[in-house]
Amino acid sequence: MNIIVILFPLALGLGLIGLGGFFWCMRSGQYTDLEGAAWRVLQDDDQA
Amino acid sequence: MAAQDLSVFVSHRDGGIASMELAVDGIRCAGCMQAIEKGLGREPAILGARVNLALKRVSVEWREALLKPEAVVEKLGALGFKAYPFAPERQEEGAASEEKRLLRGLGVAGFASMNVMLLSVSVWSGNSGDIDPTTRDFFHWLSALIALPTAAYAGRPFFESALRALKARAVNMDVPITIGVVLALAMSVAETWNHGHHAYFDGVVMLLFFLLIGRYLDQLMRRRTRDLAGNLAALKAETATRVGADGSWTTVPIAAIRPDDRVVIRPGERVSVDGIVENGSSELDQSLVTGETAPFAIGLGERVHAGTLNLTGALTVRVEAAGQGTLLDEIDRLMSQAVGSRSRYVRLSDRAARLYAPVVHTLSAATFLGWLLIGGISWPEALMIAVTVLIITCPCALGLAIPAVQVVAASALFRRRIMLKEGDALERLAEADIAVFDKTGTLTLPEPDILNEEALPIERRAEIGALAAASHHPLAQALSRALGSLPAHADVREERGQGLSVMLDSEELRLGSVAFCGAEVEAAPVMAAHPSASFIAYRRGAYRTVLALGQKLRPEARETIDALRAAGLEIAILSGDRPEAVAPIAAELGIDHVQAGLLPGDKLNLLDSMAAHGRKVLMVGDGLNDAPALAGAHVSVSPVSATHLAQAAADIVFLGEGLKPVADALVIARKARGLMLENLWFAVLYNAVAVPVAMAGLATPLIAAAAMSGSSLVVTLNALRARSGVPETESRP
Repeated sequence: MNIIVILFPLALGLGLIGLGGFFWCMRSGQYTDLEGAAWRVLQDDDQA
Repeated sequence: MAAQDLSVFVSHRDGGIASMELAVDGIRCAGCMQAIEKGLGREPAILGARVNLALKRVSVEWREALLKPEAVVEKLGALGFKAYPFAPERQEEGAASEEKRLLRGLGVAGFASMNVMLLSVSVWSGNSGDIDPTTRDFFHWLSALIALPTAAYAGRPFFESALRALKARAVNMDVPITIGVVLALAMSVAETWNHGHHAYFDGVVMLLFFLLIGRYLDQLMRRRTRDLAGNLAALKAETATRVGADGSWTTVPIAAIRPDDRVVIRPGERVSVDGIVENGSSELDQSLVTGETAPFAIGLGERVHAGTLNLTGALTVRVEAAGQGTLLDEIDRLMSQAVGSRSRYVRLSDRAARLYAPVVHTLSAATFLGWLLIGGISWPEALMIAVTVLIITCPCALGLAIPAVQVVAASALFRRRIMLKEGDALERLAEADIAVFDKTGTLTLPEPDILNEEALPIERRAEIGALAAASHHPLAQALSRALGSLPAHADVREERGQGLSVMLDSEELRLGSVAFCGAEVEAAPVMAAHPSASFIAYRRGAYRTVLALGQKLRPEARETIDALRAAGLEIAILSGDRPEAVAPIAAELGIDHVQAGLLPGDKLNLLDSMAAHGRKVLMVGDGLNDAPALAGAHVSVSPVSATHLAQAAADIVFLGEGLKPVADALVIARKARGLMLENLWFAVLYNAVAVPVAMAGLATPLIAAAAMSGSSLVVTLNALRARSGVPETESRP
């Protein structure tokens, strides 16, 4: 059972990284225009 | 040409950087987005331009010293986009930060519920096997470590709202939620402390997660409708031409006009202020104010009223405050009187919440007392069961039932170029049982068109068009538009109130009144055929013709009226226009219930009396004189061509020329309301099963979690059906 000492922090850590990523996305305004982002991908030289 | 002054809309930052938000007409795809961003990026003074495709807005930043805000609008114009500057309202910013807060809470609750569930599933499978009590305690403590801070963070919107309600001595949906969350957490910690088998940490975070989804969707809906309303207001921004102290002309938003300013009103413009004529003379069309269609001569020192149309000459007017007895004043008074009736409407979700809170509290109190007094168990055990009831009756399904449908239905409407300005307009529209139409600009197109095309030979179109384009008179303008806006003839002489003349190849061309062209003979049959039209005659040498200009029905008007009738709505026309003008339109559409010659107050009174008879009125209108009726109706719809006051008062605004969106909106709204009710009934059914189980003390955290997520899923999937079922027809732009 000692493995859980490693696995739990690992699982939580991964989750927290995801949460941090989500917060970062929000802060950088990636949720303000959900339609535009889908099209921006297709542009050749995106300056953003 | 008047310069524009847009400084009202610019916000300033440190380092001499100015920024402005613009609502842009016609952004549709990635190509437009790229064209705007690249095009503005080429300008060295512009630091950045970013298009928001969802909102159809551009925010631009530039170095203040190098560029004026007007130049930005011009640049966009040169790129082929008409842009309207935009002042984000404070309210809108508040909504944006609330939305962010909910989204952050949603992220935290999502993270927590996944991780707590990871631990809970281990405990559940261990409980039916041979889990070591120490391991179980460890898992429970770990869950508590995640769940407690999560609840404290993600639960704030509910706690705050519950506190606010309690302070106001009221009970809302958030009170049972808060009590449930706090009690469940406390009981779970106590259980864990006592090495118990069951803890509800997973239930609590999942509850918060699902409720936050509902809250977020609701907020998203409100924000989106508010943003769209803002865009429409910007697109509509009515301006006036102000005369400066030095005699220069500046175009300013109407909001910036103060009493004692002097404004110029050019021929063909609608007067937007009340004031006294200081210079010039003209004729006014006062039909909107008095119902009188014959032009009214006006000169120095006389008073003009907002809402009238300047026909022939330019006027300089000194602005007065909207005085007693003017149209604007009257409309204002009627509006404030009208808005009250609509605010009495109670949303479905609020009605459900009013039932929900007392029922749940009673049930869980009864469970606690029942087990304690009759069941004969200790109070912590009885409390645990009572808390289970609180959790299992969770309003997840209830909280998602309506916002999910609203969001899906609103985007279905948006794709059909129908903008919802109020979230609850869907519910109200679905209830409508009588549709009341205004005539001018609503059933008919806003601009007059040629009614007797046969009187206009193709070879004469160009010369008539070029002559008509030279005048600012509204009729000539309408004719010029109908003929395709040709370049104007030079050297055209305009005789006020008579018409236009020009010499061409030593032949005189005349366009104007029937008498001016001496075309009485030609006019007689045309006048007989089109009694409600306006007439414009043309003469070249011996050739004479008379054109009838009048209102044409909007495309799809017939189909729309038929569809509304088929949907069980009664149809009526309430018009401010003369009965003779309304009758042919009503006859063409087969509408019997017609009242004409109504003043704005009459319309509102008629709607009020319909409401008093229990009718739910759908008002469709566009004019300044419709604004009070639009505000007073059960639900109201405006075309995008409507005046800004009418549009501000309407719940729903549709784009395009055709009238079909009105019928489409009704179909979607009815479907959405049906789904909302289905969802609410499902929530009731679910509780009818789950509550007895919980009251009997048979519910475990596993059952609670499965029931909670299952019901939320069913409700959400059901909501997605709101997007299908109505054929998507592209209405004419």
